[in-house]
Amino acid sequence: MTEPSFEKIAGPGAAMANSKGLMPDREAALVRRRYRAEARFKALGVAAIVCAISMLFLLVGSIISTGWSAFYQYEIALDIKFDKAEIDLTNPRNANYGGLVKSALSAQFPEVSGRTNKRTLYGLVSSGADYQAMEVVLDDPSVVGNTRRVWVLASDDIDSLLKGFIDRSLPEADRRVKNKELVWIDRLKTDGRVRWSMNTVFWKSGDSREPELAGFWGAIVGSFFTLLVTLALSFPVGVLAAVYLEEFAPKNRWTDFIEVNINNLAAVPSIVFGLLGLAVFLNFFGLPRSAPLVGGIVLSLMTLPTIIIASRAALKAVPPSIREAALGVGASKHQVVTHHVLPLAMPGILTGTIIGMAQALGETAPLLMIGMVAFIVNVPGGVTDPSTVMPVQIYLWADSPERAFVARTSAGIMALLGFLILMNALAVILRKRFERRW
Amino acid sequence: MQIWILLSLIVCLAGYGHILGRRRAVSIFQTDVISLHSLPFYHGAYIALWVLIPAAISIVFWLTAQGPIIENLVISGLSPATQALPSDRLSLVLHDIVNIASGDIPTKEPSLEIKAAAERFSQLKGLSNYGMVVVSLGLGIGCIWMAQRRLSPEFRARNQVERIITFVMIAASTIAILTTIGIVLSLLFEAWRFFLRVPLDDFLFGLHWSPQTAIRADQVGASGSFGAIPIFAGTLLITVIAMCVAVPLGLMSAIYMSEYASARTRGVIKPLLEVLAGVPTVVYGFFAALTVAPFFRGMGEGIGLDVSSESALAAGIVMGIMIIPFVSSLSDDVMNAVPQTLRDGSFALGATKSETIKQVVLPAALPGVVGAVLLAVSRAIGETMIVVMAAGLAANLTANPFEAVTTVTVQIVTLLVGDQEFDSSKTLAAFALGLVLFFVTLALNVFALRFVRKYREKYD
Repeated sequence: MTEPSFEKIAGPGAAMANSKGLMPDREAALVRRRYRAEARFKALGVAAIVCAISMLFLLVGSIISTGWSAFYQYEIALDIKFDKAEIDLTNPRNANYGGLVKSALSAQFPEVSGRTNKRTLYGLVSSGADYQAMEVVLDDPSVVGNTRRVWVLASDDIDSLLKGFIDRSLPEADRRVKNKELVWIDRLKTDGRVRWSMNTVFWKSGDSREPELAGFWGAIVGSFFTLLVTLALSFPVGVLAAVYLEEFAPKNRWTDFIEVNINNLAAVPSIVFGLLGLAVFLNFFGLPRSAPLVGGIVLSLMTLPTIIIASRAALKAVPPSIREAALGVGASKHQVVTHHVLPLAMPGILTGTIIGMAQALGETAPLLMIGMVAFIVNVPGGVTDPSTVMPVQIYLWADSPERAFVARTSAGIMALLGFLILMNALAVILRKRFERRW
Repeated sequence: MQIWILLSLIVCLAGYGHILGRRRAVSIFQTDVISLHSLPFYHGAYIALWVLIPAAISIVFWLTAQGPIIENLVISGLSPATQALPSDRLSLVLHDIVNIASGDIPTKEPSLEIKAAAERFSQLKGLSNYGMVVVSLGLGIGCIWMAQRRLSPEFRARNQVERIITFVMIAASTIAILTTIGIVLSLLFEAWRFFLRVPLDDFLFGLHWSPQTAIRADQVGASGSFGAIPIFAGTLLITVIAMCVAVPLGLMSAIYMSEYASARTRGVIKPLLEVLAGVPTVVYGFFAALTVAPFFRGMGEGIGLDVSSESALAAGIVMGIMIIPFVSSLSDDVMNAVPQTLRDGSFALGATKSETIKQVVLPAALPGVVGAVLLAVSRAIGETMIVVMAAGLAANLTANPFEAVTTVTVQIVTLLVGDQEFDSSKTLAAFALGLVLFFVTLALNVFALRFVRKYREKYD
């Protein structure tokens, strides 16, 4: 239905009336004013939309611009002498690798003396360098007794300096990296002992207090387990409830009450679900704190209304003729639903479920209540292990004071948004491919 | 991991029952085609359900009941002196016992009594696990035996299976009610315990909020007063700022989308706006704290204003951005539902498009728009992460948007995160705040839905 625009109705007529002198000046001015008001109003509408959408781009842009630098890391080459006296080959994990790294640094800069200077020197490389040295020995025990060049991670301040985030022209007192460190780094650079590489730590390890060692993998696995529990609980329950309410339930007070409840639950603030989880699941049932199990239960209660509402819409969209045809050839009511209606509604139900899961993936507040904010280094191995999830990890990093964590936070947000885009794209594809118009 | 083995065993048992039932039915089928009432599948399903449901119920029951029962047994095994400890000390002792039993190294060397109790605890736990396996598997096998005895050609297996399924579906649909009841009861119960310590009117009308309770009498700055007015005022301030952003932007976007835009532009703009609602709130919180708040602070310095780095302005504006799609989508739907005849009538009288919108469409759609705004307000009040990350902690009673204020949700988070104890007024206060939050948002939603529904009925 196309509506006639104002120009078509009033514009030419008004203009003609004016040119023939039928319209006095006062009225012509009034028409012009009304035209201007019209243009202003439309411009306001455009401005509102442009403003809202530019906010979206500003948000994404600011996150990408702060976060991209977390995807690569600087490394420093050290000639580590794997001393036979230090490393016991029967128990190679037990050696003092920190000492080896330190002596390698001292050998590189023999002129450095004094305790404070030495400590600053050792601070060039990350505290994870010990583990990297150990990994070398574990991979290849024949290295013991030899000297080998090992690329170890730079510490977060040196990393920031090399990435160009620390202004060398600042006075020394205001700078996180001191002059002597600048000299050392420049010398390492001219020796070709500095390089950048992709940040694999970020995708492989759990959280850490050191920004250069902090990874997102623990949170990704935690989110996976949490969503697994959420899906396992909310999908069957949601579909069963939706089928009952849509196909079987008699229209009475009780089912009305259930419906009102579902609609209200969909609008309850998420933090209230966290309070429920804390009071009921942790304190009353004594389930473990910080576990994906409890997080998943709480999130499934939260996503249940979304799934039920979407599933009911999908079931409603299946035309009654299908049901009547099946009933006509002698199927029972349950057979009609399980053999015909449910398979036809499944794409819609799955779309709703994926959208509900995406909401659950981005949810933070209720998980704070049930203790998933703990600092957890280990990658969780099951649904009862203490763990954290992606949004909570982002929240924790956002609270950390180190400058390098800002980039990590943004990188984590990018990863989270990536997963969300993936899930929503899946939902759109499902809808496009399988949705049937009757 | 033991529970997974048990569960898979039970599933295997159910599968076995299914095959058994089918076989029985098929053998009947071969001898007596006419009198078999249900398809063989339903005979199998009947037995499988009879295995799964009782076993599952018994496991859930066992898991919920075993914890308290074991704890009570362990406590009754302790010496009378330990048993006479006050309940909070006793729970600490119990905590130690559980930790030692699970193999954690205690901070200080435990006493012999505790060690013995830990031993007993792990013994009981093992016994309980063993009992659960025996009971659930035994129940499953017993049910197979009972159920297969009922199979016969005349047995109405399909009707029976369908009846069981219907019960399962009814149970699933009552979970929504159970959740609501759970929320209301847990909030009411904890809030009631809070109001036993702090009078209701002190909480609702008190002007001073400082939840740190004094541990020593001479402690400074720990008055432990729970006057929630500054918190409510802070929530209101941030909500008002958010609505000042969201209502004009959302409403104008909705007007443009429903009245001016072509179907194609609308198809692009609407999903883009809805992305704003799909971005996780923790991302908005980070954006507010890292980009928006320093920006306002810098701007304030530039014109000589003292803007707090946790100003209500930054949190409110970012929250407003998040809420735009809630306002715009619903208002757009509502305005689309206004009958075209009303617009045509207005055009016929010579009104311009904007005059039609302002004087015909908007008044007609007003109840729906008000509903949308109310829903958005309830969303803003309940929003947590943005304010936790960008708003302040101190409860200032102020209407100045450049100062830091705190909100209900921020207080709930700060009172409860990282706190293990559960009996102090401090943690209970969070539940009282949660109760207020729940009922305010509930009332707003009920109101809003009523507005929207009333409007829809008008033109249907």
